[in-house]
Amino acid sequence: MAAIFQGVGAAATLSSSPSNSFVPKKFLTSPRRSFSVRKVPSYVVVRSDGSVNFDLNSKSRRAQQLVANAVATKADSSAASSSSNPGHELLLFEALREGLEEEMERDPRVCVMGEDVGHYGGSYKVTKDLAKKFGDLRVLDTPIAENSFTGMGIGAAMTGLRPVVEGMNMGFLLLAFNQISNNCGMLHYTSGGQFTIPIVIRGPGGVGRQLGAEHSQRLESYFQSIPGIQMVACSTPYNAKGLMKAAIRSENPVILFEHVLLYNLKERIPDEDYICNLEEAEMVRPGEHVTILTYSRMRYHVMQAAKTLVNKGYDPEVIDIRSLKPFDLYTIGNSVKKTHRVLIVEECMRTGGIGASLTAAITENFNDYLDAPIMCLSSQDVPTPYAGTLEEWTVVQPAQIVTAVEQLCR
Amino acid sequence: MALSYLRSSSSRSVNLLKPLSSSLPLRRPISTDTTPITVETSVPFTSHQCDAPSCSVETNPKELLTFFRDMALMRRMEIAADSLYKAKLIRGFCHLYDGQEAVAVGMEAAITKKDCIITAYRDHCTFIGRGGTLLEVFAELMGRQAGCSKGKGGSMHFYKKDSNFYGGHGIVGAQVPLGCGLAFAQKYSKDETVTFALYGDGAANQGQLFEALNISALWDLPAILVCENNHYGMGTAEWRAAKSPAYYKRGDYVPGLKVDGMDALAVKQACKFAKEHALKNGPIILEMDTYRYHGHSMSDPGSTYRTRDEISGVRQERDPIERIRKLILSHDLATEKELKDIEKEVRKEVDDTITQAKESPMPEPSELFTNVYAKGLGVESFGADRKEVRATLP
Repeated sequence: MAAIFQGVGAAATLSSSPSNSFVPKKFLTSPRRSFSVRKVPSYVVVRSDGSVNFDLNSKSRRAQQLVANAVATKADSSAASSSSNPGHELLLFEALREGLEEEMERDPRVCVMGEDVGHYGGSYKVTKDLAKKFGDLRVLDTPIAENSFTGMGIGAAMTGLRPVVEGMNMGFLLLAFNQISNNCGMLHYTSGGQFTIPIVIRGPGGVGRQLGAEHSQRLESYFQSIPGIQMVACSTPYNAKGLMKAAIRSENPVILFEHVLLYNLKERIPDEDYICNLEEAEMVRPGEHVTILTYSRMRYHVMQAAKTLVNKGYDPEVIDIRSLKPFDLYTIGNSVKKTHRVLIVEECMRTGGIGASLTAAITENFNDYLDAPIMCLSSQDVPTPYAGTLEEWTVVQPAQIVTAVEQLCR
Repeated sequence: MALSYLRSSSSRSVNLLKPLSSSLPLRRPISTDTTPITVETSVPFTSHQCDAPSCSVETNPKELLTFFRDMALMRRMEIAADSLYKAKLIRGFCHLYDGQEAVAVGMEAAITKKDCIITAYRDHCTFIGRGGTLLEVFAELMGRQAGCSKGKGGSMHFYKKDSNFYGGHGIVGAQVPLGCGLAFAQKYSKDETVTFALYGDGAANQGQLFEALNISALWDLPAILVCENNHYGMGTAEWRAAKSPAYYKRGDYVPGLKVDGMDALAVKQACKFAKEHALKNGPIILEMDTYRYHGHSMSDPGSTYRTRDEISGVRQERDPIERIRKLILSHDLATEKELKDIEKEVRKEVDDTITQAKESPMPEPSELFTNVYAKGLGVESFGADRKEVRATLP
């Protein structure tokens, strides 16, 4: 356990500043940081190749003054921002809360519904103190009735409100599957475009610490076929806040997958307003030999394995895919074209999981660029056992990742 | 009161411009007559946890004729849809509302277009009541571009956002939490409007209904749950599906009212009462005792689980259009011939619209990929064979 957290801590610092050893000279890139003129509620999204992308709203005209390549080159300074403001440090759940709070201040139509989100402050403290600040009509404690309160959130979204529905654990949203699939995903289409459903459905999922089978579910594989929804998975405080804000501002229904074990990650994030592009993957560590695609908690297992791999002489390129639906095939494709080998490391089940779809998508689109069959490491197709040792072997461990890369690069 | 035999005074067509003959006693055209008439509903309201509204309903000739015309239009539309289905121009599921028109029409009379209505799949007439056009109905049923959902929704997915009609839902009972969400949004925006969430006696046994009712009562939402009890949940009679068929009482702590759903005026009175109640005291349940003449859908003959005598009995004794016709004739608001003319005119309108709808084209292939997301995601999409249909979303 201690090893994983060390890895997590190291990974957190890794993602917050591009240290020199990982930036090969010919491939200058940097973690995404976005800038905005202070005091102006506009924002800009800077892509990993340094190009500036203006976001969904057109309020970003003032952002044109910003220079894009201010991001790309500063390999030595802490790249939190090129302005003198160093940013602030916080934990992932606080980042989520900050994002939520900023959006609720910005738009009075944003409201939060879920079990124990109001007076209790949220079972993972994501909505702590929001009820005191915004009142009971905007931060709503619901009874334990997922099917109906998700339905109510969707109904409210049809009229133009922007609810954020929290499932206390993602697994409970299985009770609301009908509402999410039929109403949330499909209403925009079946009404011929009359209604948009700007809802955000979020909650923690994934395998935790001996929580048992029913509380360790990974729902991304069940939801991925629903047409009309977007799915994103956050993994760092930076992208958690960015994705939360982008999800709330999006006109489409977005399911934001958080992970129970990542809530206490600490990172320094910018003070300025920023959002992360919902459909884009994040380049965690550029490399040459193999592309490792991952998301959520497995990112940290991969980064830990990456340290071992680097010592052994391999140069893995690690991409956090972030967008689970649709896949960012542009970033992934560029990477495949460079390295010609793909390893997918995920926490979902092997059968019908995100990795399975990703394998199919890469094979269909980039088959000519592959030197070896795609390897996919996923959790075992078993209900998550309670015993600690068994649970550890249900999910992919760094040692397995190292072995897989060695096998792939032979 | 001498009856005027002039056609222009009773029809709602553009012929109102024809001058009234001066030799006959001058009489206001009936279509704009708003002198109040009070009618007693024949079946009293039964209430649960509240005081029933009075049986005397205020109406006027204009409203009664509007009821007649609208219900005749709806009836004709449903029967025409029946023929179109048998001619295989309408495919899939087609759930017809004939017999239940009084609920749609009476509800509209009591509320404004700012109040929301959401219903299940038997939505053709509710859509018309909310201001939808016949062309949109027939085109959507036939899957054409001119349909209200561009041909992509079908019979069970009619929506009209500008008049707050939220559909049109295929899964039984799933629309009730949506309806409570609409009521929540109305309370959130302090609109002083209400939501009518309609469901059937079959859906009344769904758990999500009670969940949504609990939340609505807790949060005092202006939600009115309307059970259109046509006594059959597809092929299962209500006594075989529900231990307690008193659907208006099922709210327990939520007040309820049982209404004769074949009487448009009773429905109007009940909806008016419910709206006032919901705005002050939170949710209320209305049970409309109604009946459908067709089977559950076009694939159900409707006679395997009930006798033809029962159907014709209800048609003779309780038909909503006949009731309004008798009311109009007894109050001398129009002649037999004028009413028949209205029906003929409605029939022609329906036939003309069907011809027009048949000419509307099928949706373009690229429409397969539009409206999946509110903003395109810059992705390419393919048809199944990856060659035929290829669209780059904006």
